[in-house]
Amino acid sequence: MSKRIDVSGLTAYYGSHKAIDDISMNIEPRTVTAFIGPSGCGKSTFLRTLNRMHEVTPGGRVEGKVLLDDENLYGAGIDPVSVRREVGMVFQRPNPFPTMSIFDNVAAGLKLNGNFKKSELGDVVEKSLKGANLWNEVKDRLNKPGSGLSGGQQQRLCIARAIAVEPKVLLMDEPCSALDPISTLAIEDLIGELKERFTIVIVTHNMQQAARVSDRTAFFNLAAVGQPGKLIEIDDTERIFSNPSVQATEDYISGRFG
Amino acid sequence: MSTAAVAGKRTSTLQGASLPKWSPYAIVGGSIVLGVAIGLAAGLDSKVQWGLIAGLLYVFGTYGIAARVEGSRQAKDRVATSLVWVAFVIAVVPLVSLIWVTISRGVKVLDVYFLTHSMGVVADSQPGGGAYAAIIGSLEQVGLATLIGAPIGILTAVYLVEYGRGRLAKSVTFFVDVMTGIPSIVAGLFILSIMLIFNMEPFGFAGSLALAILMMPVVVRSTEEMLKLVPNELREASLALGVPKWRTILKVVLPTSIGGITTGVMLAVARIAGETAPVLLLVFGNPFINNNPFEGAQSSLPLFIYQQYANSAGANAAYDRAWAASLTLIAFVMILNLVARGIARWKAPKTGR
Repeated sequence: MSKRIDVSGLTAYYGSHKAIDDISMNIEPRTVTAFIGPSGCGKSTFLRTLNRMHEVTPGGRVEGKVLLDDENLYGAGIDPVSVRREVGMVFQRPNPFPTMSIFDNVAAGLKLNGNFKKSELGDVVEKSLKGANLWNEVKDRLNKPGSGLSGGQQQRLCIARAIAVEPKVLLMDEPCSALDPISTLAIEDLIGELKERFTIVIVTHNMQQAARVSDRTAFFNLAAVGQPGKLIEIDDTERIFSNPSVQATEDYISGRFG
Repeated sequence: MSTAAVAGKRTSTLQGASLPKWSPYAIVGGSIVLGVAIGLAAGLDSKVQWGLIAGLLYVFGTYGIAARVEGSRQAKDRVATSLVWVAFVIAVVPLVSLIWVTISRGVKVLDVYFLTHSMGVVADSQPGGGAYAAIIGSLEQVGLATLIGAPIGILTAVYLVEYGRGRLAKSVTFFVDVMTGIPSIVAGLFILSIMLIFNMEPFGFAGSLALAILMMPVVVRSTEEMLKLVPNELREASLALGVPKWRTILKVVLPTSIGGITTGVMLAVARIAGETAPVLLLVFGNPFINNNPFEGAQSSLPLFIYQQYANSAGANAAYDRAWAASLTLIAFVMILNLVARGIARWKAPKTGR
C-alpha cells in the first residue's frame, strides 16, 4: 500500500528566512531513503514538508510541489489533516501521550479520529505492536501508562502508534538519536521489516546507520550559516558511500569538511 | 572555640575552619535570650519589638561569629541562610496566629445548630441563630460564578496559547492583565449600574456575575501557564497522526494539563469566596433563608461576618457568630483546596511502570 513521492522545486521558509531552496527528488515506494548532512542544512525541514507538518511552525510556508502518487500535497483544496493520515511521522524524541495507557497510545490515531469499530481496535493494536516488535514486551501491561517504558520501547511505541493508522509513507526524524545502541539496533531491524509495507524516509546524523538501513541516500548541505540548505545529490546508498559524484559528499562522508 | 585552636587543626588546603553543627541553634537561642533581656531592660512593652531585636541580633550575630571563625565567604552564606529563616518566621507567625485566633474564638458557637439554622427573627444582639442562609448563599453564588467564569477563562487561555497570533491576542492578554487589577468594589459597581438601568432589586445571581468578572483573569492566567507547559512534541505527535487541531487540543493538550488547570480554578474559587464588597452591593444580605439565587436578597459568609460585626452594637453573641462564620469560610476554602490537590494528583500524567 506504499506510495511514491515526487518532489519538484520545493522551497520552504520560516517567516522571511529561506530554510531550503529548490529541492527536487523522487522517492520510490517500498524503499528506505536516508537524508544525511550537517546540522541546520534543512533535512528535518524538508522531511516535515512531506506531510505538511512544516506549516504547523508559526511562520512556516512552502513553495513548490510534492506529488504523492501524482496528487499534489500542496494543491488547492488539499486538507493537511488528510495528508497526515497518509504520511505518518516518528519524531526525534519518543513522545507517547502521558495521559494514555500503552493500548490507548497505539489506538490514539484511530480513537482521536473517531473512525473505528470497537471490536477491531484490539486487533489493530496487537497488529501494530507486533509490527513494531514491541508486543512481547508489553502484552501483559497494555493498561499501564506508556511513559513508564524505557526510551527505546517508547520510540517503538511511537512507531506502533504511527503505523496503526495505516499510512502509505512513514517519515522518521532522527528516530534513534536519543537511544542506546541496542535499542537503535532494534529500530533499524524494524525499519528493514517495515519497508515491505511502507515507503520510509529517515533523517539521520549517523552515517553508518544510513549505510545500514537505506536503499538510497540524499546528501544535504548549506553554503554557509544563515544560507538556505540545498540537496547536493541523491543516489543509491552504495554509490554515495563508495563513489559519490560530488566532491562535497565525499568530504562529508569521510570527515573532511569545513 | 578560638580561631587559633581551629586554625591549628588544619591539615589540608581544602579544609577550612568551620563552626560546629550546633552553632546555628546556639546563635538562635542566644539572640532570643539577648533580645528578651534588652527588651526587659529598656522597658519595651511590645513583644513584636522583642522579636525584631532578637531577629536582628541573630542575623548580625551569625555574620560576626562566622566571619571571625570561617572567613567572609562562609559568613555571607550563613547570613543568606539566616535571612531566609527570619523571613520564614515573619511570614508564618501572623498566619499561625490568625488561624489560632479564628479557631479558638470560632469553635465557641460552631456546631450543627449553627450550620443548619439561620438568623431569622433572632436579633443580632441575642445568642442563637446561625449561618445557614449565608452558607447556602455563598455556595450558590460562588458555584454560579464558577460555572460562568471558569469555562470562559479556560477557553480564553486555550485561544491565547493555541490559536492567538498578532494584535488580537496581545490586546486580550493586555486586558486580562488589566482585569486582574480590578478592585472588587468596581466589579460590583459595574453590575450595579446595569441593575439600576433595568430597575432591579438585589439578588444572588447579580453577585455571581460580579464574582465571575473577578474570577476570569485569575483562571486565564493560571490556565495559560499550564497549557504552555504541555510539550509541543505532544501536539505535533497528535497532528502527525492526522488528528485535527481542535481534537488535539481537546483530547491531548487539555487532558495532559487538567491537573494544573483544576488547581488554578480552585485557587480562583478560593479568591472569590472571600469577596465582600460586590456581595454587599448586589446581594444585599438577608437573615432569612432564600434558596433562589435569581430572585430576592440572599446572604453570604463574608457578608454575614461583616454584618454580625457591624450591627451587633457590642453584643458578644454576635461577635461569636462572626468568628464562627469566619472559621466556616476558612474551612470551606481549605476543603476546596484539598479537593483540588486531590484531583490534581489523581489526574496528573502517570509515570509508574
